[in-house]
Amino acid sequence: MVVNCEQVWQEISNYLEDDVDPNLRIAMEAHFRECERCRSVLEGTRNVIQLYGDERMIDVPLGFSHRLQRRLEENIQPSRRSFLGWMVAAAATVLVAGSFELARSSVFSRPEQRSEHAQPGIGVPPDMMVVVSSDGKIFHVSGCPFIHDKAHVRTIAAREALKEGYAPCTRCMKKYLLAELNSPSLPA
Amino acid sequence: MAEEVTSLNSPAARFNEETLIRRIREGEHELFYELIRPYERRVYSAALAILRNEADAEDAAQEAVLKAFKHIRQFRAEARFSTWLIQITVNEARMWRRKAHAHPVEPIVDREDAEGDYIPRDFADWREIPSETLERKEVREKLAEALEALGNIYREVFVLRDMQHLSIEETARTLGISSASVKTRLLRARLMLRDLLAPGLGGTWSTKLHFAKGTKPW
Repeated sequence: MVVNCEQVWQEISNYLEDDVDPNLRIAMEAHFRECERCRSVLEGTRNVIQLYGDERMIDVPLGFSHRLQRRLEENIQPSRRSFLGWMVAAAATVLVAGSFELARSSVFSRPEQRSEHAQPGIGVPPDMMVVVSSDGKIFHVSGCPFIHDKAHVRTIAAREALKEGYAPCTRCMKKYLLAELNSPSLPA
Repeated sequence: MAEEVTSLNSPAARFNEETLIRRIREGEHELFYELIRPYERRVYSAALAILRNEADAEDAAQEAVLKAFKHIRQFRAEARFSTWLIQITVNEARMWRRKAHAHPVEPIVDREDAEGDYIPRDFADWREIPSETLERKEVREKLAEALEALGNIYREVFVLRDMQHLSIEETARTLGISSASVKTRLLRARLMLRDLLAPGLGGTWSTKLHFAKGTKPW
């Protein structure tokens, strides 16, 4: 299969989402190796996704949070719960959240590292755009329901995510991980 | 900020979100701001992307948050709260735009054939993005200007998919269009933004090829 520049441009977005069939992907990769202009379009499109996917892109006006909070206070009827009751509930929440965190750090520490799936995903297409959160360990397909913290994410190429030490999500990247496990190139 | 990221990213934070929603539904209304606080920047940016006016975006964002509160009982646990909140915001901002007619002159790109192929106009080399690029205010302003230059139908899809990280299907549902249309518009939005930004941010200005309609945003 051979593709020309126009075909590459029409599929470049799907290519970056890994939403093209394997034969087309191979043909596009061959084209990118030969065509400097299309390589430039590919890199530029990837940069666009990466830049706009970064939370630092979002500037909110000064005082926005304060005004929003005030608007909510003006419009939301507070509950009649007693102060003591509220304090007890708040303390309970903190305790539960704290114990959850403690359990996670002691018993379930780094669960991803225990999984064979957490090995660098050689099956993941290196050009594919993926989403990582600043403090997470896992990279995802954009839109994956298992992204823990959608409020603080960056979009980068899979190869960059792997370089930065992120491991592939075992849910949204499943097909690559299975391919990797079945790969004959893996050591026995 | 780092502390906030850590807490938001933990299973405890997710557990906490479910707990907050349950308690708000049970009457502890004053906890609502705690629930939406991690997403307020995203709510504002979604409204701004649609309305392209800071004052309108802030008003629409506030209205959207109030609507989310009023309808919190309709939120279903199988969905993500953040996605649900952004969908409400998009609907509110679109309604706001229809009512206000804030921008009666549609951008050039809206008048182009949505289904036709888009051909890149500029092949300026743009290989590297230094990690600190976004720390520079002027770069963020250029990116915002370029986004503003897109037609509504392209900007909405791009914002939901590439900035708000909704899936293709969630984006389609939010905007009431097919997944195929989302993909088509996303392609055009990404390529148009690349055309707009590559000459400036790529560091080498293209002299051979020109941006669509012969204009550049800076």
